[in-house]
Amino acid sequence: MPGGASPSGIMLLAHDDLAVYKARRYKDLSFMSRSATSSPGFGLRLRRRFLASEALRGFSLLSPTLLAMVFGLAMPLLVLFTLSFWLQDYVDFIKTFSWKNYADFFDKPIYGMILFKSIKISGMVTLATVLLAYPMAYFIAFRIKTNKLVWLILITVPFWTSYLLRVFAWKLMLGYNGVVNSGLKSIGLISEPLEFLLYNPTAVTITLAHAWAAFAILPIYVSLEKIDRSLLEAARDLGENAFMTFVRVTLPLSLPGVIAASLLVFIPTVGDYVTPSLVGGPSGIMIGNIIQSMFGKAFNWPLGAAISVMVMFTITAMVCAFLWGTHQFRRRVA
Amino acid sequence: MSDPIISFQGVSKRFGQVTAVDNTSFDIQRGEFFSLLGPSGCGKTTLLRMVAGFEVPSAGEIMIDGQPMSATPPNHRPVNMVFQNYAIFPHLNVRNNIAFGMRKAGLTRAELDKRIDEALELIKLPGYGSRGADELSGGQRQRVALARALIKQPKVLLLDEPLGALDKKLREQMQIELRQLQQQIGITFLFVTHDQEEALTLSDRIAVMSEGAVMEIASPGQLYESPGSPFVADFIGSMNFFEGEILSSTDSAITVETSALGTVSVTNSDTQMTAGQKAWVAIRPEKMQPVFSDPGEHANTTSGTMGPSAYLGDRSHFYVHLPQREDPVLVALQNLERSMTQLHKPNQPVWLQWASDAVVVLPRD
Repeated sequence: MPGGASPSGIMLLAHDDLAVYKARRYKDLSFMSRSATSSPGFGLRLRRRFLASEALRGFSLLSPTLLAMVFGLAMPLLVLFTLSFWLQDYVDFIKTFSWKNYADFFDKPIYGMILFKSIKISGMVTLATVLLAYPMAYFIAFRIKTNKLVWLILITVPFWTSYLLRVFAWKLMLGYNGVVNSGLKSIGLISEPLEFLLYNPTAVTITLAHAWAAFAILPIYVSLEKIDRSLLEAARDLGENAFMTFVRVTLPLSLPGVIAASLLVFIPTVGDYVTPSLVGGPSGIMIGNIIQSMFGKAFNWPLGAAISVMVMFTITAMVCAFLWGTHQFRRRVA
Repeated sequence: MSDPIISFQGVSKRFGQVTAVDNTSFDIQRGEFFSLLGPSGCGKTTLLRMVAGFEVPSAGEIMIDGQPMSATPPNHRPVNMVFQNYAIFPHLNVRNNIAFGMRKAGLTRAELDKRIDEALELIKLPGYGSRGADELSGGQRQRVALARALIKQPKVLLLDEPLGALDKKLREQMQIELRQLQQQIGITFLFVTHDQEEALTLSDRIAVMSEGAVMEIASPGQLYESPGSPFVADFIGSMNFFEGEILSSTDSAITVETSALGTVSVTNSDTQMTAGQKAWVAIRPEKMQPVFSDPGEHANTTSGTMGPSAYLGDRSHFYVHLPQREDPVLVALQNLERSMTQLHKPNQPVWLQWASDAVVVLPRD
């Protein structure tokens, strides 16, 4: 049935009967007559269904993103998941279902240990980043009256150079003859360079905290900026001093920003492998380095896939626990 | 009239080059419903915020209950405020909003619960305690803001245009409730508004402000019926002004020579003006009685022609052109009858009459 394809189809949807009536009257107009002979046709009904259904319209609006998500995210995840149940036989995969990779993950304590250490480092990074970002965001939101945009752009300045360069820069800062050591030496505070600065988890924490600062400042800034200033005055008016006003009003109201910042920093840093491999040294190694080597030198893709899956599950569980915890905090404060 | 609850003593507030409040001194008595009335930007909100402690006077001192306040932060002042947008904490429910200021009151859980229940009862929202802040209508938010401030038992309740965001019907209802509430609990209310009708309805006394200065402080009736200056006469309600000069002045009556109305004799006037002085003769629109047939020679009468008219439901406004005057005179007429045929005929002759005690004489410079 060709009816629905006619240009009059859309018009027909609005006032069906009237339009059909008109279409019949002006039957001699060729483009109208097609719809007139077949209405209410199959195509027309389809179009009506489409316009009547919120869900259908919603999905079609989403469709470009949805396609990208399916092919760019869901499919690779599925491949990774499948791969984790296969086995490696030199250059070939043994494509039979096996739990062996997961058994390996739990049998050999090294993987769990390094995953635990990665989470610990990321936790430290998240804590440091949020604690340092909060005052910065607070300052821009409450103290800067004009040219806020300039300040926000200044925060993104480190991003104008590549991530790798920034990590290298920290290597130069923290190194044996780096900026910190030579600076301290030149003012006579130390005679020998400090060795605990580079190639350990602290170096990884410092580097990552700096690299991810903007991701924490921006969401916290947005949540602080949204707070109605009269709420702070109301709290003062009701007898609270500046500090308790912060604890009872500002902090709970900016919590969504803090949560977003924490997740934005924590989730990607657990799997980071560039920073630990450049400034971490042997003790600063993280789970991302293990996975990378499984897909590289160690050449055991299925085990690498299994470790990746385990990391994902662990992070999901941790995020859920974190969200539950902040929810409890909010309820307690309220 | 001693022992005021609030005393402004030469209070000024400057923001950079702008003077928001200029050397203002007056007292507010205990238990009063006191309004600050003025157009936006007249300094009324600044004055209120100085009482609350959010602004510090550039000069002068504010005394609350005999105590100087300039060194006292907002959280230690014995006043509480209802904010213009109500400032209900969005992360707390109604009960916790009301309890917010009671953390340091030293009450047990049970006592506090009882107080909150009483407060909810007072604002006629019992059972709303567990509602979230976003589940309340504008009027309910306003009541919660009231309860949250009143539970602190302040010496003065400050209200910053609290009814501005409500629709007309609700606003009128809240006006009555506010007035009843104030009389019930007996706390001094300091109320800021730009709505003169609201100020007239609610207040015991009103301070009319303009450009940072208090023009006049008086009761609503006094402000309306015998304003002390042309500004106040013009600002409160509508007023017809006629230029004139005092002919004679005795204790009981004044006669004024005007170009538009001829010789006007005024009784019941407390102006201390002497013969020869320039004056305004001011008459309210509703105090001019229109007559549509010639009343003959009569005191306090003038004639003119009918101009445009406006129907307002309960009353009609119409303009009368006088021969000696450029601006038409505004006359308000109660629509006591349903027929208004007379008002629909422009350019017909009309006579205006007024009582000699309905006229206000004000100095003109």
